Amino acid sequence: MKNGLLTIKRLKKYFPYKKGLFVKAVDGVDLQIAEGKILGLVGESGSGKSTIAYTTVGMYSATEGEMVFKGQDINKLAVDRSLDMKGEIQIVFQDPGSSLNPRRNIKQILEVPLKLHSRREKSGFPSTTKEILEEVGLAQGYLTKSPRSLGGGERQLIAIARSLATKPSLIILDEPTSALDVSIQAKVINRLLKLQETFNLSYLFITHDLSLMRNVADRVAIMYLGKLCEEADTAEFFQRPLHPYTRMLLSSIPVATEEEEKLKPTKIKSTGEIPSSVYVPSGCSFHLRCPEKMDICPVVDPEMKLISTGHYVRCHAVKPEDEVNQ
Amino acid sequence: MWYKFSRSKLSVIGLFIVVSVILLAIFAPFIVPYPLHAGAYTDFANANQAPSAEFLMGSDNIGRDILSRIVFGLRSAITMSLFVLAISVPFGVFMGLIAGYFQRSLIDSVITRITDIFLSVPPLVLALVIASLLEPSLRNAMLAITIMWWPWYTRLVYGQASSISRLDFVRASELSGVKWWNLLFKEILPNCVSPILTKVTLDMGLVIIIASSLAFVGLGEQPPAPALGNMVADGAKYMPEQWWMTIFPALAIMIVVLGFNLLGDGIRDLYSMEDK
Repeated sequence: MKNGLLTIKRLKKYFPYKKGLFVKAVDGVDLQIAEGKILGLVGESGSGKSTIAYTTVGMYSATEGEMVFKGQDINKLAVDRSLDMKGEIQIVFQDPGSSLNPRRNIKQILEVPLKLHSRREKSGFPSTTKEILEEVGLAQGYLTKSPRSLGGGERQLIAIARSLATKPSLIILDEPTSALDVSIQAKVINRLLKLQETFNLSYLFITHDLSLMRNVADRVAIMYLGKLCEEADTAEFFQRPLHPYTRMLLSSIPVATEEEEKLKPTKIKSTGEIPSSVYVPSGCSFHLRCPEKMDICPVVDPEMKLISTGHYVRCHAVKPEDEVNQ
Repeated sequence: MWYKFSRSKLSVIGLFIVVSVILLAIFAPFIVPYPLHAGAYTDFANANQAPSAEFLMGSDNIGRDILSRIVFGLRSAITMSLFVLAISVPFGVFMGLIAGYFQRSLIDSVITRITDIFLSVPPLVLALVIASLLEPSLRNAMLAITIMWWPWYTRLVYGQASSISRLDFVRASELSGVKWWNLLFKEILPNCVSPILTKVTLDMGLVIIIASSLAFVGLGEQPPAPALGNMVADGAKYMPEQWWMTIFPALAIMIVVLGFNLLGDGIRDLYSMEDK
């Protein structure tokens, strides 16, 4: 993975909570996104997924760690980044209801980023509001409409169109479909995949919908309480999940048929809820809910280990392949 | 728009009053029966006349037509209101936008503290103090009211701007490199317009009340220029025998303020319907 577009190393983001206490939203995360690839970042609410997104675009400043984008250090707030850098990394928010200014029409909304980034040449990207609308599959008639008169899916497409207007290389999708109806979700996802192919974009796709990632992501990473548990290429991830938490999540995906049920890992009962990120459990933070808890787990926090090619797991119970073979 | 607005009878009445008063104010010299009576004019032969066909609202103790003086009084009251708001509203709104957008920064606390100080003193008292420190004149009364008026707009816009600044569309604009002044004026301000407009309309009436109060105690417009507050004060000495000297200017104040209040309510309802 040498040609990483974005590399995040040991990223930490603590928010002050009370005297001497911190919310450890992100607590030492390594991530790498390759050019033209989609990384799915999955986790429960409160696991720190969105904090990673907001830190990457510069809405928060990192407490610790490194962020490198195309060889440039981007470990700084958005206000301190260059205009080009802002254009290169864009974000699409979860709630399309509040991500468009209700007092402006679609044309005005799209024109602003388009004009700001018109000097930067990047081949293939649309240069007029009409072309952008075409790219996201909306008719010209939308230009004069107000965001208020649009449905959730259409608004989200406009939000995607706006992020496209700055000619980005990386778009961070912060649960872009979770506020939408299921029937519209597919439409938006398909459009996102098409755009990714057309413009060779990279996505950091944040979601809590693990099943969605099977068809969308090139690589999947699971997050729990501010730390990564497991990271692997999508096929490997779904065929050979190793971390108990991953298996717990996979086995709780609802399915329609018996055959699908057989494809899932052995049923692990999902117990408990994600603990507070202020009082993080000692050792491995997952030990309170883990079905394979060992004596070492509450004491020592496991390290991220390479198990097989491109497959990382952070668990005491999982041993690297070569060790197992010996 | 008009259909929605016209569904409320009271708002239409308010609009009617406001429009007529403004027209009266503009065309005062051509409408009133005795334009000269607005100044230093005396006609002792006709002093203290009760309302009649010649003097519709009677005449005062030096023979001036009350109706003519009321219309000119309205003219100066409206001009004054417009002037006060034309200065205090943009300034107050700008301060509120800055403080609301730069949350928890030094500039936020400085602006909020200053407005807090202004708002902790009752408006009329503050205006009285400022006006009495200066030489009493129309200009100084306007100055006094302007100084005490802007913090209300800062407070109003501050709340709006700080909640709007947290919305995703402001974040998205920031992250695509929009400069902060464009954010303030193109993204945040348009979303604060409806409460500002409502308050401006209501305040037109309020400024007239404050200005009249200042004039009543002699700190506003100076005689012989006609000010509604002065006229009420002068007439009070001749109550109840020559009631018309007091009652008609007082009624004029009441009707104008009522008109602006009804119109303001109408505008507020219009926007709250639109937002749904």
